[in-house]
Amino acid sequence: MLPKRELADFFRNKFPDSFLEVTDFRGMLTIHIRGRGVLEVLRTLKTDPRFAFNFLCDITAVDHLVQGGHARFSVVYHLLNQHGARRIVVHAWVDEENPKLDSVYSLWKTADWQEREVFDLYGLLFQGHPNLRRILNPDDFKFYPLRKDYPLQGRGERSDFPVVERSIGSKWPATQDFE
Amino acid sequence: MGVGPTGKGDWLTTRVDQLVNWARKNSLWPMPFGTACCGIELMSVLASRHDIARFGAEAIRFSPRQSDLLLVAGRISIKMMPVLTRIYEQMPEPKWIISMGACASSGGVFDTYSVIQGIDQFLPVDVYIPGCPPRPEAILDGLIKLQKVIERDSLRHYQSAETAT
Ligand code: SF4
Repeated sequence: MLPKRELADFFRNKFPDSFLEVTDFRGMLTIHIRGRGVLEVLRTLKTDPRFAFNFLCDITAVDHLVQGGHARFSVVYHLLNQHGARRIVVHAWVDEENPKLDSVYSLWKTADWQEREVFDLYGLLFQGHPNLRRILNPDDFKFYPLRKDYPLQGRGERSDFPVVERSIGSKWPATQDFE
Repeated sequence: MGVGPTGKGDWLTTRVDQLVNWARKNSLWPMPFGTACCGIELMSVLASRHDIARFGAEAIRFSPRQSDLLLVAGRISIKMMPVLTRIYEQMPEPKWIISMGACASSGGVFDTYSVIQGIDQFLPVDVYIPGCPPRPEAILDGLIKLQKVIERDSLRHYQSAETAT
């Protein structure tokens, strides 16, 4: 695995369109790229023998509405090299107007449900995904609840159900004392 | 209810209401709807140490069509609420609901978009059991409270409801 500076040089030369920067936080190297280059960057990280990150641990996303960044959203890929126990993080930045990036399902099958989760909660569209449906929220849910502009208590979904009345029986005065 | 010996054999007098209520309250068949940690506590009530069988409610049925007590134990999400309503509607009359724990009764600490803030907004709950989770003793107490509710029920309610339709 390359040290930070060489890693940055390598990706800047190889992907001049999509490379943004490499950051290092307590030894955790993070590559920041634009969303449109994500498939090629991850393919390099997986197949290049200098990296050989063969395992996709997790995909998640961050909404940078408040704290700011290269764009509004970043999709975060946590990769693991199982032979050397090395890890790396890739942030793929996409903006709000065009929240699209390529699916990495073709590289790791596990991306299937993880990308569906990111789609469900952030509304980011993974192109080339075989089955991009909601996975946690109900199918008819209308919003993307982990976006920062969605209120914590929702927009009334939790109180929007039909009320079932007691049909027959058990009609006692509500104030009755059963002690 | 009166019981006594005669010359030829035992006799018993009662009102039909009381006899039916006595039978119903001592043979509740619960349908456990355990969706979270409260469900674990419910299991220990069913097991030998606390032994809900002492109160006649040990016949757990996982089919709503065979049960008359819906025991909601745990948080109900917006995706689960239609399922819960469906299960309640499948249960035959007479039926009762116990809302067990803070989450089922009020949403508990989960004041978020996806958690129902109390199932009693949509379903007719008979007994609430407070606690997070309620202790087994509290669950047994809730069951006894429900038995008292059933005791005061009357067949006339059913009659009038049927003639009204
Ligand atoms: S009331 Fe407490 S124990 Fe019961 S489901 Fe909620 S969090 Fe879990």
